[in-house]
Amino acid sequence: MGVTIHVENLNAWYGKVQALHDINLKFEPNHATALIGPSGCGKSTFIRCLNRMHETIPEARVKGRVRIGELDAYNGTSATQLRRRVGMVFQKPNPFPSMSIYDNVASGLKLNGVRNRKQLDEVVERSLNASALWDEVKDQLHKQSGAGLSGGQQQRLCIARALAVEPEVLLMDEPCSALDPISTGKIEELIFQLKEQYTIVIVTHNMQQAARVAEFTGFFLLGKVIEFDKTEKIFTNPSNKRTEDYITGRFG
Amino acid sequence: MSERSSNSVAQSSLLRISLWRRFTDCFATSVAALTVVLVLLPLGAIFAYLVYRGIGSINWAFLTQTPKPVGEAGGGMANAIGGSVLILGIASLLGVPFGIGAGIYLAEYGRNRFGDIIRFTSDVLNGVPSIVIGIVAYSVVVLRQKHFSAVAGGFALAIMMVPTITRTTEEMLLLVPQSIREAAYGLGVPRWRTTLSITLRTATSGVITGVMLAFARVAGETAPLLFTAFGNQYWNLNVNQSTAALPLQIFTYAISPFDEWHRQAWAGALVLIVLIVGAVAAVRIAVRRGALAGANN
Repeated sequence: MGVTIHVENLNAWYGKVQALHDINLKFEPNHATALIGPSGCGKSTFIRCLNRMHETIPEARVKGRVRIGELDAYNGTSATQLRRRVGMVFQKPNPFPSMSIYDNVASGLKLNGVRNRKQLDEVVERSLNASALWDEVKDQLHKQSGAGLSGGQQQRLCIARALAVEPEVLLMDEPCSALDPISTGKIEELIFQLKEQYTIVIVTHNMQQAARVAEFTGFFLLGKVIEFDKTEKIFTNPSNKRTEDYITGRFG
Repeated sequence: MSERSSNSVAQSSLLRISLWRRFTDCFATSVAALTVVLVLLPLGAIFAYLVYRGIGSINWAFLTQTPKPVGEAGGGMANAIGGSVLILGIASLLGVPFGIGAGIYLAEYGRNRFGDIIRFTSDVLNGVPSIVIGIVAYSVVVLRQKHFSAVAGGFALAIMMVPTITRTTEEMLLLVPQSIREAAYGLGVPRWRTTLSITLRTATSGVITGVMLAFARVAGETAPLLFTAFGNQYWNLNVNQSTAALPLQIFTYAISPFDEWHRQAWAGALVLIVLIVGAVAAVRIAVRRGALAGANN
C-alpha cells in the first residue's frame, strides 16, 4: 500500500548554488502526482531528494524534512533503507547491461541477500506482470540480456526491477521522455494500475501526460513551488498568473 | 525554363560532390587498411621467424628435460618453463588484487588530491626501467632473505604489473555510465556492493584485458629477474630457491658461444610466445564462458 509523503521546508544545493527553496508539499497515498515546470526549475532535484539520490552527487546538500509514511528520511534512516521503500524509475532506461532479464528484475533482492530460488522466481514473474512485460519476455528470461530489449521494453523492465523490492512509493523522473508514443501509452496505462498500490510522483515535460495520469499537479519555477492543486484545477483555472502563462505556452 | 536549368546545374554539381566523396572515402579506407597491415607485419614476421628458427629444436626432451652440461647434446628447458609458470603465478597473485583494488579506489573514490597523487605515481612507476625494479626487489626481498628466490622474482614482476592494471581498471570503471550506478543505488544497494556486483561486473572484460596486457608484458621480462629469481640449471619448484625462467635461460643461451645453446634459445623464445598467447587466449575463453554462465543462472 502507498504511504503519504510530507515535505517540510526542503532546501537543496549544488555546491553554492541553491536549487530548491523552502518546498512544502504533501503527496497522497495511492494517487499519482505530476510535477511540471520548465527545464532547470528543480523538479528532478526535488524528486531525487525524496529518496536521497541528490546526496550521491559530489558537493550536493539538502536541508529540511521529508517523511515517507512513518519514516523520517533524513533523520534516523539510512539512505539504503529508505531507497528500498522508495523506488525510482529514471529518465533514460538503465537496465544492468551484464545481466539477463531475470537477473535485472531479481537484482534488488539478490544484491540485498535474498537467495531463495522459489521466492525469486515468484517475485520476477509478479513484477514483470505488474509492469506488463511478462508476456513479451517470458520465454527468454535467462537468455536475453536486459540491454537487448527495445527502449520501451527496457523502461518497463526498469519499472519491474523497481517494483521487485516492494516499495511503497514510486518516483518517476520523466519516464517517457525517451520513448515513442506507443510505449508511452503503455507506461501511462501502467501508472494507472500501479496507483492502486503505490504513491506515485512523476516528473514530466509533457503537460498532456500530467493531465492524463495525475490527480494532483505541482508547478515548479526557479526552485520554488508556484502552485499545487488538483490537476483539473491547475489546467483549467490556475490561480497563479505564472502557472497560466506556462500552461498556455506563453513561456517555458 | 530558368528554374529547370538551375536544377540541372545543381544536379551536376551534386554528382561531382558525390564522386569526390566516393574517392575520399575509398582513399581513407585504403590508408586505414594499409596501417593495419603495417602494424601486423612486424608481429607476423617475428612469429614466423621464431617458428622457422625454433621449431626444429622443440621436441619432447626439450619440454621435459633439464639442461645437459656444456658440450653434451640434448637436454631441455623444463626447469625454465616450470620456473616461469611459478614466478608468473606469484606475480599475478600479488599484482592483480592490488592493481584492481587501486583501480577501483581511483575510479570510485579517488576524485580528489590523494587520487591525483596516486595516478601520477602510478604513471611514473609505469615508466621506471625494469632493471631498477629488479634492484628494488633485490634490496627488499633478496637482501633480507639472504638468497635468491622465485618469490623475489614474482615480487619484482608484480610491481611492474600493478600500474598497468590500476590504470586500465580505472579507465574501464569510468566507462560504466553513472546511470547504471544510480539504478543500483535506487534499489537500496549499498555503495560497496554496487561497486563490486554492478560496476566491476559491467566492466569485467575491459579489466581482464588490462590484466592480460600486464601479464604479457612482464612474462617476457629478463632484467628484473637477473638478481631476484637469478636462474637455476636444475628443476626447482621451491619458491624460496633460486629459480629458472624462460627469458633468463634464453638470455644466457643466446650470449653463449655454443651453437647447440643458440638453437635452444630460439626454441625457448618460441615456447615463451606460445605460452603467453595460450594463457591470454585461455583467460579470454574462460571469461566469455563465465559471462554466458552468469547470464544463464
